Amino acid sequence: MSTDTARSSTESNVSGLDYEETELKLALPGASRTPAADADRKRGFSETVADLSLGASRTDSRAGDCSDDSQASAAGKPPAAKAQVVGWPPVRNFRKNVLKSCTYVKVAVDGAPYLRKVDLETYGGYEQLLASLQEMFSCFTIRKYQSERKLVDPVNGTEYMPTYEDKDGDWMLVGDVPWKMFVASCKRIRLMKSSEAVNLAPRETTGCTSTR
Amino acid sequence: MTYFPEEVVEHIFDFLGSHGDRNNVSTVCKAWYRIERLSRRRVFIGNCYSVRPERMAERFPRLRSLFVKGKHHFADFNLVPPGWGGYAHLWIETVARECPCLEELQLKRMVVTDDNLELLARSFPNLKALVLISCEGFSTDGLAAIATHCRVLRELDLQENEVEDRGSQWLSCFPDSCTSLVSLNFACLKGEVNAGALERLVARCPNLKSLRLNRTVSMETLAKVLARAPQLVDLGTGSLMLTDRRSESYHKIFDIFHKCKSLRSMSGFWNAAPRCLLALYQVCLNLTSLNLSYAPSIQGSDLIKLVRQCTKLQKLWILDSIGDKGLAVVASTCKDLQELRVFPTDLSGTGNADVTEDGLVSISSGCKKLNSVLYFCHQMTNAALITIAKNCPHFTRFRLCILDPRKPDPSTNEPLDEGFGAIVQSCKNLRRLSLSGLLTDKVFLYIGMYAARLEMLSLAFAGESDKAMVYVLNGCKNLRKLEIMDSPFGDAALLEDVGKYETMRSLWMSSCDVTLAGCKVLAAKMPRLNVEIMNQKDEMDENLTDTQKVEKLYVYRTVAGPRNDAPDFVWTL
Repeated sequence: MSTDTARSSTESNVSGLDYEETELKLALPGASRTPAADADRKRGFSETVADLSLGASRTDSRAGDCSDDSQASAAGKPPAAKAQVVGWPPVRNFRKNVLKSCTYVKVAVDGAPYLRKVDLETYGGYEQLLASLQEMFSCFTIRKYQSERKLVDPVNGTEYMPTYEDKDGDWMLVGDVPWKMFVASCKRIRLMKSSEAVNLAPRETTGCTSTR
Repeated sequence: MTYFPEEVVEHIFDFLGSHGDRNNVSTVCKAWYRIERLSRRRVFIGNCYSVRPERMAERFPRLRSLFVKGKHHFADFNLVPPGWGGYAHLWIETVARECPCLEELQLKRMVVTDDNLELLARSFPNLKALVLISCEGFSTDGLAAIATHCRVLRELDLQENEVEDRGSQWLSCFPDSCTSLVSLNFACLKGEVNAGALERLVARCPNLKSLRLNRTVSMETLAKVLARAPQLVDLGTGSLMLTDRRSESYHKIFDIFHKCKSLRSMSGFWNAAPRCLLALYQVCLNLTSLNLSYAPSIQGSDLIKLVRQCTKLQKLWILDSIGDKGLAVVASTCKDLQELRVFPTDLSGTGNADVTEDGLVSISSGCKKLNSVLYFCHQMTNAALITIAKNCPHFTRFRLCILDPRKPDPSTNEPLDEGFGAIVQSCKNLRRLSLSGLLTDKVFLYIGMYAARLEMLSLAFAGESDKAMVYVLNGCKNLRKLEIMDSPFGDAALLEDVGKYETMRSLWMSSCDVTLAGCKVLAAKMPRLNVEIMNQKDEMDENLTDTQKVEKLYVYRTVAGPRNDAPDFVWTL
């Protein structure tokens, strides 16, 4: 669910920036914006995501998203009735909407055998998120180096860098973009051992080494 | 009894609890009809189009409590298009004009506007209860009108409504003189509420027993509110998100929960931090009802730790992240459990199989008082269902939701006929049943044969022929609501026993094999039924041919005739 919500929000961004319309091709302007073309493009996108995502079956999750889209625009052009409800009996619409308005992402910690989920929408900014991560994995304390934030396990001194996978599938350091942009693009979070995070992003790497 | 004075008869009638019993006595003779209608205080209308509101008000001029339902149940799943109907305004205008004694109004799946709420508030300054369930069309402005004018309001209960947010001030509209609230539920609102106003309102309502906050209410506010209302019996927590364990409110919440000795029911838990759940352990022992189904942030292991403390639970709603192991813990811990609902965490329906038949089998063997279940899972076996039926013969509601349609028993590849057959055979009091998985006509034979008290049957992707539906219509004598999706039932099944539909509240068939011709025959034969069909908008413009399949068919009995507020895409035949 978490990856789906992140995915659908990023999808709408992708559709918003529609470069295909400006492409030169042998068709009437805008002709590419047929539902079929949309679906094709989305599938392509989700395939790339699914390859990286946490084991969700790609075709099935696609079907789920499709039905959600069709439900939202039910008044406009309802597709075949079968597509409107996936599974039986379906989950109530209200429940779906409530849980959809959250942006749940999974949080993994290197070496910890479990994942946690956080709803990014509920945090006001990076400080709150980190404070909450510290609570969640209670062994950490936050340590700040100039512009960076790290979580430190005081027992063995291991430092963890909060990193995240953005919508393009790249792993970035948490804090590298404005908060709202982060919420829109974050697919999952990983607290990575600092020793492994060195080569993550060139810009940050220099910061990393300078503190040593 | 004919020698008794009317007051005595009326007094005797007062002891009749159910609507059905009152309906029955009203048909005995003219005198009883008159006495009953003048003394009826509570009226329930299961379908707002089954009778005109004027007629209801004329017959029961002294009613105090009215409950009206609008759209069909399938509206919950987006099967009823926007603009279909179910408008509350005629009902509210009518009671405002003709029912001066009204104190309680409850509406379900209806379109309620701010103007409607304003009229209600101004017409009934002594309104005691307003309950809106799965309604839409209004905003917090309408709630502000209720808060402003209904000075002795005891209950404002907003369950799963789509409410437009127009700011946080509505809660401040309860006047300082308002001290009467017993129950306040605004868990479904999306917007923030004024924390100060909330705290003051709670502080001045000494009888407040039930308070359900929405997800925007922070733990700081919760701590302040709870400090003012240690008498609460039912609490919907706001957000239990924790950003700093050294914060004052975090420590406070432990002390405060310790003082809430009356708490019996809890829900909410939005974004609950595991550490905050520790604060709940002290109240868990008292809880009889726990709803964790909106808390995907809680891990399975934490759910299990929490549930382990709750030995007195009678009702548990939870997400499937608890897993089969967790359900086994529930089974060994909650010996009084009567109602269990397990919802899917992954709403796209593609997630891992978190719970299976094993979980429900453990529950059935541990919780002998279980009588109501809603269970979302990815697979079920006949053997499991047979065991469950044997273990729990007291089911009144059994809703099994196998997320993949037409999925057979994975161990034998057989349909689930025998399993559901065992359920209907051993659960003599079954009133509500939802079927799922691969099913042939055989299961309907069992249902028709054994489910004598069944009132509501929901099914989809089931059956092989018309015979299936005929078994049900012929067999289930108490059937009131039949709702069918994507099943191969056609005109022959629809027209087999048309008289049956007058004994039922409604029949819904979508994506089945019923044709326009069949629906026309039904409408012609049964003038007291409204036969409504809905096809896709563009198709309705063209002339439907008689042999064409009807996409959605909704049949209901009515004494009001065809409704006049139907949109273009609804045809009443």
